[in-house]
This record gives sequence, C-alpha cells and structure tokens, in this order.
Amino acid sequence: MEVTFKILRYNPEKDKEPHYEQYRFEAHENMTVLDCLHKIKWEHDGSLAFRRSCAHGVCGSDGMRINGKNHLACSTLLKDLNTKDTITIEPLPSMPIVKDLILDMTDFYEKYYAVKPYLINKSPVPPDSERLQSNEDAEKLFESAKCILCACCTTSCPSTWSNDNYIGPAALLKAYRFVFDTRDDAADERLDIIDTPDGIWRCHTIFNCIESCPKEINITWHISQLKKELSNREL
Amino acid sequence: MIHKFDVVIVGAGGAGLRAAVEIPKGYSCAVISKVFPTRSHTGTAQGGVCAALSNEEDDSWLNHAFDTVKGSDYLGDQDAIEIMCQDAPRAIIELEHMGMPFSRTKEGKIAQRKFGGHTKPEDPNDPNSRRLPVQRACYSADRTGHVMLQTLYENCIKNNVNFFSEYYLTDLIIEDGTCKGLIALDMATSEIHTFHAKAVMFATGGYGRVYRITSNAHVGTGDGCALVYQAGLPLEDMEFYQFHPTGLWRLGILVSEAARGEGGILRNSANEPFMEVYAPTVKDLAPRDMVSRAIISEIRAGRGILGSDGTYYINLDLTHLGKKVIDEKIPEITGFARTYLGVEPTKESVPIQPTAHYAMGGIPTNYDTEVLYDNKGKTVTGFYAAGECACVSVHGGNRLGTNSLLDIVVFGRRGGKKIAEFLETAKQIDFNSDPSEKTKEKLTNLLSQSGNEKTAVIRRELQQNMMDKCGIFRNETDLTEMKQLIMQYKERYNNITVQDKSSVFNTDLVETIELANMLDIAESINDGALNRKESRGAHMREDFPKREDEKWMKHTFIWKDGSGGNPRIDYKPVIKTRFEPMERKY
Repeated sequence: MEVTFKILRYNPEKDKEPHYEQYRFEAHENMTVLDCLHKIKWEHDGSLAFRRSCAHGVCGSDGMRINGKNHLACSTLLKDLNTKDTITIEPLPSMPIVKDLILDMTDFYEKYYAVKPYLINKSPVPPDSERLQSNEDAEKLFESAKCILCACCTTSCPSTWSNDNYIGPAALLKAYRFVFDTRDDAADERLDIIDTPDGIWRCHTIFNCIESCPKEINITWHISQLKKELSNREL
Repeated sequence: MIHKFDVVIVGAGGAGLRAAVEIPKGYSCAVISKVFPTRSHTGTAQGGVCAALSNEEDDSWLNHAFDTVKGSDYLGDQDAIEIMCQDAPRAIIELEHMGMPFSRTKEGKIAQRKFGGHTKPEDPNDPNSRRLPVQRACYSADRTGHVMLQTLYENCIKNNVNFFSEYYLTDLIIEDGTCKGLIALDMATSEIHTFHAKAVMFATGGYGRVYRITSNAHVGTGDGCALVYQAGLPLEDMEFYQFHPTGLWRLGILVSEAARGEGGILRNSANEPFMEVYAPTVKDLAPRDMVSRAIISEIRAGRGILGSDGTYYINLDLTHLGKKVIDEKIPEITGFARTYLGVEPTKESVPIQPTAHYAMGGIPTNYDTEVLYDNKGKTVTGFYAAGECACVSVHGGNRLGTNSLLDIVVFGRRGGKKIAEFLETAKQIDFNSDPSEKTKEKLTNLLSQSGNEKTAVIRRELQQNMMDKCGIFRNETDLTEMKQLIMQYKERYNNITVQDKSSVFNTDLVETIELANMLDIAESINDGALNRKESRGAHMREDFPKREDEKWMKHTFIWKDGSGGNPRIDYKPVIKTRFEPMERKY
C-alpha cells in the first residue's frame, strides 16, 4: 500500500521556521512508524534527523507526536493508524527543537535529577547479603520502574504546556519509585521537593500522561499515591 | 576543543557506568556515549543475571564456573571464569544495595529462576552425576537489564559523574604503546573534541548490526572494536558470534530465554517438542548455540512453519504457562509478541527464529581489563576495555544466558579498580602531534566525496550476506564469497554520497562512519571464521563439523595489517585451571 507522511522539518542552519514536508512511499501495514522514517531517511532524504536505538520500545529514544498523539515511533504500527489519510509526524511538544524530530531534552532531564533519582539509605547494609524486601513491596515499584524516560507523558500534559516550571509526570513517577521503596530513607526529602506549587500540586488529574505512556504505566495513580502520602504527612 | 581528564570511559551501558561508579572522587572522570546513558543497549537485557546465591536451592560458584566453561565449549579462559563466578554473589548483592529492584522469594531474598545451560549435579555428593537445570538467574520480572542500567545510571548521578551524551567516538589515540586519549564528534554541533586522558576505558558494546536479523539496537555497530582494529591492535575470537535462538520472527526482537526458563517449549510444524532429540536432559534449556542450530536443522529438514512472506519459523509455545505466569514473570516479551506480531501468547504460539545477539569476541584484555597489545600478554599502557566489546575471555565460543549482565558488573568494577590503581602514579603524556587532524580529514573527505552509492544500500547488502554466508552454519565456499563481497563493499564505500551536509545532528554522516566500522568488524569475523577449520561453540563449520582440541583449543588474534590487504592471524593458548575438556552433551 502507498502511505503519505507529513513530517515537521527544521534545520537551524537553513530554516527560519519549522515547516512540513510530505513523503509518499510504498509500505506494509506491519511496518512501524520508525521503519517508515528509516525508509524516508535511507531511500529519499538522508538529512531527516530523529533519535532511535533499540527499535522495540525499551530505550525510550523515539518519542514523537504521531497524528497528534505522543507515542514511540518504534511501537506504533501502520496497521494501528488510518493509513488512508496522511500520517502527521511532529516532535514532542513543549521542548525546543534542535533539528527535525530531535529536541533539546535538557529541561526534562533536569527535572528528573531534581527528585534525587537514586536510593538514599542511611542505615548500614548487611555485609554479605541482600536487604530483605517482600515480593509484594518489590512489585509496588515495578510499574514505576518500567519508565523509559521517553518524555511522552510530560509533554502530553496541559499543565506542562501552560507552565514551563511544572516538574511533570515523569519526574513525579520517579519520585514515587523511591518514596515507596522500603529500602529508601529519604522519602521526606523527596516529598519536600515535590510539595511546591510547580511540583505535584500542578497535576490536575487530567490523565493525558496515562494515555500517552508507551509502557502503559498508570502514572496518575502513582502521583495520587504521592499526594496521599503528602496529605498524611500534614495531618 | 580539548578536555583533560584522569580517565575517560567510552560507553554508558552497564560496564561503563559500573566502572565510572568505581573511580574515586579525587580523580576527574568523564563518560562519553553516542546515546543518552539510559538508552544504552544493556537496558534491553531481559531474563536475568546469574550468581550462585542459593536463594531457591543449593548451588555453588563452582557449578556456575563448570557450566560457563562447558558452555564456552572450552574456549573460555578458566582463570577469568573462576574470578567472575566466584565474584558473582557479591556483585549481585552490591546491585541490590545500590537500589536495584529485584523480584523476591517468599523470604524476601532475591528471586532466581532457571536459564539455559545453568545446571548442577543431580547428586550433590557426586560431581559427575547427571546435571539438571538450576535456579541461578536473579531477575526483575523480564526487565532485568533495564532496571540494572537505571540503577547504575542513578548511582552515577549520585556521584556527580561527568557525562558527554551524544558524542560519537571517531578516533583512539595510541602513541608509543600508550593510550593518550580519544577524539569524539559532538553530534549536536559536529564540533570535534579531543579528550586527553591518563586512562581510557572502552565499554562500547557489541556489533549485532552487522547481521540482518538481530536483537541489537541500531547503535550496536562495533565502533570501539573497529577503532582498536584500525589502530593496529588485535581483536580476539571474532568468529564466535552468538545467535539467540528466540528472536521474534522477521524482526529479531529478543524473546528472553526466561520464557523457556519459566517452562516455554519450542515446537516444529508437527507440533513436536524437538529439543528432546538434540539435548535429552536439559531439552529447551540447552545453551543458545545448540538451540539455534537445532532450530535451523528443523527448518532445513522441512519441519519449519511457512510464514506469510515465504520464510520459515519455529513456534515457542507458552500457552500452558497460564496467564498469571505470563503476566507476572514475562510481561515485557509477551507484550512484544502482541505489539509486533499480533500474537496472543496465552492462546497461541509465538513465531520465532534465531537472531544475531552477542559478540563473544572483541578487544583482548586480561582479567583486570587491561587491553592486550599482542598475543604474548603485553598490555597497552592506560587502555582498558570491559563488557561486550571486550574479550576477557569468559564466554569463549558461546556465552551462557545471564552471564553478560554479570560480566559487565564484575569486570566494569574490576576495570574501575585497576584504573584507580594506575592513576596513583600515572602522568598525562603530551600528544606527539595534534591528534584530531585525522578525524577532521576523514570528515571533510566523507562530506565532500560523491558517487552513486548509498550508506543504507551497502549496509543492507552486508547485513543480508553476513546472515546468509557467515551466520549459524558456515562453510569454505560461503566464507570465501563473503570475503570477496566485503572487499567490494569497501571499494564501493568510497563512492558514497553523504546527503546531509549540515553540522547539526548529521546522523547521515554518523551512519556512514558506522558503516566503515561495520565493514572492518565483518572482515574480522569472516576471516576468523574462514581460518578456523573446526566447529566449536557458536562457530559451526559444515565442512569441519568436529571440535578439534589438539589443533584448535586456542584463541584467534586478528590484526588488520597483514599483507596484500589481508588481515594477519595468530593465536593465544586457552588458560586452563581445573576443568578438563569433555564432550559437550546436555
């Protein structure tokens, strides 16, 4: 079948503004959007720039806007899109474009670093064995630990669109990952960091994050657990 | 731009990050990577990381070492294997202490499951009794590599490690037998950066992308190994390349051995569980080289299943495991089957085919990760390598599943320690001349050369032919043809036009440099395979089907600089400690 891709292109050395370019080519319904971008790059226009690595939804490199929805190019198959109409590909919103589909993600990473995304444990560890943790407690972390930092959630959130300083769902999810780890001693420190007007309270439970998460993480639920923890703390 | 560091680590996967964590705070350390650290390929490892923790049943590091030696088809160096297996329980506990989330046992210990080739004697008092599968693989559902990579990166953030993300390695500076640094391209700007360092570690990963069907990420183009080869240093055992038996059909996306560890069964077109024939005791949990050959043998015997595109596959049956096991123990891989093949693993079999997966060979090192200058044991001052790009050799002719995640944390740490020791007395030695000139010239040439060739076209031909002629089954005719083809590709390379002339994220240019590296890697694999006239581990010669220990129980060392454009080959003896070679039956 023939498909048409309309891609937002921007080369800072040539273009004043981003603009759309169209590509029409032969494709198969089992191809992913990433396969199609490769086809365009490798057969038509070598200058098309996008990030990608693992190509099966684990590394989180190729989050982009596909027909207006944030998703991974490598996890979106043509058969799941309406290929009769033009397929529109744009970079994720709310981040500066560097070139074509490549964004400057510095701010996204800074917010992730802000929640101290590492285990802080002040008590001595057993010298020759693991710390015990029930499987139930371990599994409480698994869903949040699935996060691949693709930024699909944070850039899908209207709160992000309206306020650059909002910490965003990805960083909050990371905070959950450690606040609820029975081995971690710095829950209060992290809760303080997110307990600000531009922190967790800017989440208005809009659920866009859940819809856009390629790993199907119920991000809003995780954020609500943090909110509960904060309310309990204040009582 | 020139940067000065005590140590520069190239690659931000498990080995590079683990080494970085180990560098004492008093030394300056930079990690450069062609992708943001958490995008590294370690993150795609699924099933587990093994250690004889005995959390589920009695086990010992000696059992693990025996299995690793046997799995390697007696090509692994036994001193290094003993170090790795003995250090494994400590390494896993350390990861837990760093914060890695693990699946747990009822008692709250790290959970373990079965994996291919990991066994213990049925009678604990008789080491020679029948060996049955053992639960040795520590795991976090089927995202073990993902959470390991996250944990190691998190610990680097905690330690304030300097990262140079999306910097692409273009040259390795070795002068007078000493490594003095490296050159990298900042992909965002095309600026050339010189990293002047007392010590350099390569943790640059593998090169599955030289094959058409691979589980490897697009970044797996063997840049580190190729630069070592181009610098006139040897590579070791390049002919030993592992095909993982269960890649998703057509796509090569990995379906972890954990699927069989949890009870999955391979079936042919007659629905027969054929592994019983090839490995009567451990069946579907035989090592990867044997299972991959069994799958191809079934297909060649007409017992494959014909796919819609005219190619054949084999079924991986998980239906009997039940929804609970599938959803809790192997959710990620069954998700891949749903997304990419539209198959519901609780109800139907998953179509699979072998997929190029792991390089046993690579940059030769000793067990302290010091890079070898030659096959006599001399080392390159200030140069280290760890992880998949390195050949210690703990995997020999065939790596056991879960041993790669172990390799990266054990040898990443050992490398970090050895570097710290070296830095106590090391001095920064000046370059003889501006080392960035070569890269600048190379880039100018690539951007200005013109012709009717395309990077993607040559790459696709290389990948397909490596698959067909230098894959699971090999023979003299195919390998000789492949050698000619690689020479032709190298000539055609000079007629490539790089379409993108811009200096911002010129990924067209980067892919073209990667292709040059892939061609050198393919040459070293193919020449090694042509030269080794026996079958051992993953290297199967149809024209020499037997393992020949007297003649061939030795490592291949290959140099780029032979006569008449041919690589040069020499050998290094295998180090034996306590495990005598025996016939490899499972």
